[in-house]
Amino acid sequence: MAKKFSKEHEWLEIDGDVATVGITDHAQQALGDIVYVELPEVGKKLAKDGDAAVVESVKAASDVYAPVDGEIVEANEELDANPALVNESPENDGWFFKIKITDASQLDDLMDEAGYKAFVEGLED
Amino acid sequence: MADQQAENLYKTALYDLHVELGAKLVPFAGYAMPVQYPLGVKGEHLHTRAKAGLFDVSHMGQVRLVGENRVAELEKLVPGDIAVLKPGRTRYSAFTNDDGTILDDLMITNAGDSLFLVINAACKDDDIVHMRANLDNGVELQELSDRALMALQGPEAANVLARFAPDVASLKFMSFVEIDIAGIPCFVTRSGYTGEDGFEISVPDTDAEKLARLLLAEDEVEAIGLGARDSLRLEAGLCLYGNDIDTTTTPVEGDLNWIINKRRREEGGFLGADIILDQLANGADRKRVGIKPEGKAPAREHTMVLNKDGYDIGEITSGGFGPTVDAPIAMGYVAIEFAEPGTKVDLMVRGKARPAEIVGLPFAPHRYFRG
Repeated sequence: MAKKFSKEHEWLEIDGDVATVGITDHAQQALGDIVYVELPEVGKKLAKDGDAAVVESVKAASDVYAPVDGEIVEANEELDANPALVNESPENDGWFFKIKITDASQLDDLMDEAGYKAFVEGLED
Repeated sequence: MADQQAENLYKTALYDLHVELGAKLVPFAGYAMPVQYPLGVKGEHLHTRAKAGLFDVSHMGQVRLVGENRVAELEKLVPGDIAVLKPGRTRYSAFTNDDGTILDDLMITNAGDSLFLVINAACKDDDIVHMRANLDNGVELQELSDRALMALQGPEAANVLARFAPDVASLKFMSFVEIDIAGIPCFVTRSGYTGEDGFEISVPDTDAEKLARLLLAEDEVEAIGLGARDSLRLEAGLCLYGNDIDTTTTPVEGDLNWIINKRRREEGGFLGADIILDQLANGADRKRVGIKPEGKAPAREHTMVLNKDGYDIGEITSGGFGPTVDAPIAMGYVAIEFAEPGTKVDLMVRGKARPAEIVGLPFAPHRYFRG
């Protein structure tokens, strides 16, 4: 399984034509304590860069965008009861949704782990 | 925060300490201020309610009014009874204008030989111009711009501060004393912006860092940023100027009738008194209320409030998540016929009407020390 990253600080773990999507450790640190996550409904069709989810900290709400075109096939219902999972395990148990990819060529625009790490370091300079 | 941006901002006397403590600094009212420390907004909030938190609020304005006629002159600009304030007593008030709306909210202390005022950072320049233009009869305004201001808040605040200045233990809520804390001359008021017991401490800039380090060295004390300050005051139902009250809201609409004291209701004589006293007698069209979203989704400022028939009846002015109540909380204005606690409403969040209820304030009970 390949893991990819977007400039919007999402990670995608790709298994066949389905990607599991969440926000990165860097993103959760920047957001702080997550108190609510609004997830897309299963069956919803999303376009790349369209609104996919909302993540709320004590202070503010932030949009999470769809990293690729596709259809939501599963949402992480655990986050309803325990939104802090996003802080505790952002790149595993704190996943947001699974999306069935409709245009695999869009994956080429994403970064690999080393590329994302360099991107984040560039932001901090 | 980029260095270039930081260079254009004022720094408080505690700036270097904030950096050392790992604070995330953000621009706020022209100052580089700590929005949170490594503990995080939620942790800082809960710590303040459990033990004690130290806040740098040096961006706020501190001024002194001197001159024999200072009380009568200030009463032209605020609806509070200042004449009745005894030396060593503090009162919350507001500067009103000719429209009867609010220019700023402030704390007024009778410091014996003078009035000591604490005003909001974002309003202080305008407030000072306003006071200088309107305070006559020999009243002089002195800006105390060489003083820092910090707040020590929480159930352990009094225990901690009394280690350095035993006499503060008996100081009552909304009282003031000039006192040495570990040998540093301070103005101490038993007040705050969290709903907890605590103190606001005015200290010379040159001694501010020393005092802050001394307090932070105590086991119970953590540094707390503006993020938790905001969630604490929202749980306490306290207004944030610029959000919940401003030049579009009157004190009556803002549910601040209690700041218009009896004698002033009878006599008037403050800016906008005709409008404000008329609203007191006949009611206002809308009112500031607590709003409790059902479910877990917070509703932020500017969220539209609808009645159950789908009509726009108002707006949220402060909204977020309350770590102590462990739920989303908000306050805002609704048309007066919907202001009664228990009224069911909807909040329009991201295009969806979500149920909520009008509730009384505060969300977290006040725990002031009244002696």
